[in-house]
Amino acid sequence: MSMLELRQVSKVYGQGATEVHALRDVSLEVDAGTMVAVMGPSGSGKSTLLTIAGSLEETTSGQVLVAGHDLATMSRNDKARLRRQSIGYVFQDFNLLPGLTAAENVALPLELDGIGARKAREAGLRALNALGLADRTSNYPDQLSGGERQRVAIARAVVGDRQLLLADEPSGALDSENGEAVMRMIHAACRQGVAAVVVTHDAQLAAWADRVVFIRDGRIVDQTAPAPGPESLLGRDR
Amino acid sequence: MSVRHALLALLSEGPKYGLQLREEFEAGTGEVWPLNIGQVYTTLQRLERDGLIESDHDDDAERDSPQKRFRITAGGDRELAAWLRTPPDMSSPPRDELVIKVLVALLVPGTDVHEVIQAHRRYLVELMQQWTRIKDDAGRDLALGLAVDAELFRLDAVVRWLDAADGRIKRAALEPPVAARADLPRLKRTTGTTR
Repeated sequence: MSMLELRQVSKVYGQGATEVHALRDVSLEVDAGTMVAVMGPSGSGKSTLLTIAGSLEETTSGQVLVAGHDLATMSRNDKARLRRQSIGYVFQDFNLLPGLTAAENVALPLELDGIGARKAREAGLRALNALGLADRTSNYPDQLSGGERQRVAIARAVVGDRQLLLADEPSGALDSENGEAVMRMIHAACRQGVAAVVVTHDAQLAAWADRVVFIRDGRIVDQTAPAPGPESLLGRDR
Repeated sequence: MSVRHALLALLSEGPKYGLQLREEFEAGTGEVWPLNIGQVYTTLQRLERDGLIESDHDDDAERDSPQKRFRITAGGDRELAAWLRTPPDMSSPPRDELVIKVLVALLVPGTDVHEVIQAHRRYLVELMQQWTRIKDDAGRDLALGLAVDAELFRLDAVVRWLDAADGRIKRAALEPPVAARADLPRLKRTTGTTR
């Protein structure tokens, strides 16, 4: 089932001489349980693609469907609910609230959605536990390492019943070991049925995806073919 | 990949048979570098000739016998220790086929070099996806994890070079031709033409 669908989406900023075409006729489909990576140079439109997919920005033309719902036909309230309940965001700079503990940060989206504080906290603790942060739940963001902060951000993005995970350079400035750990977590979330779109310029991170699409000057110019099995690389055919 | 020194390393643990050496070599490299048994015996023969290993039998007729056991000599130990600490020669750039293709693409009329670069980028990322899948399945196999990482970092470096080349070519196309810059201040001219 297609969890995210972009149909000929274009986005133009400014008017006349200052017009910038951030996206041109972009079509993309992401099924439940799959990870798609979007690679491209800075300024190619990859972050715009993500904010539009997450209903944080409107398209200039074209359609965006999340879990089959056309965003253009939804009210502001419905869209807000969709963002809270179905979509998880992971940003490069984590965006954790400094005055809240790890557990409170993770439980926050559930509480905003009207779930009781105790239930929200339990769900938050479960998500942190699953990401190996059981002993850091009472720490504030500035008491956590960069890798731990990003794990909290991922826990917050997948807590509850999120179906779509949108990540913009999720490994940010992390070293390669922590970057790999972040990708393993997103990969694991996909195995549980979540659809993920990861925007990155890093080929090692993109390689965790089931499909890599390449974006350039606002257009999707290419994508990888489904990978053959390991036999083709491991020379077991002698 | 030095099969010669890998075999010396395996023999430094104790005497072994040819077939056993092949199995241990493959396990030790995460099966990323397969080795045929002919290659094992040829290498062992050369190591023996050079006095770095010795075997139970001196009879040439039994050269490839699976019953023959090999052990490392003191000379072999010294050779192995020296090899481990000798950096491989990385001082001169290899004649890289991919670099040549991109340079040649710039010269061929009517060729979109960005499209050429993208074809190579896609292929490399597809390879990286395959290696990543292998790494994901490797679990606690340390040798396989290390060998796959080495491959991923190598391929990643090539992708990054392609990205840099893509950007450099794009910027160069936007710059005015060199002849038009003749009246620019001297400093700018020299920076623009420095190689």
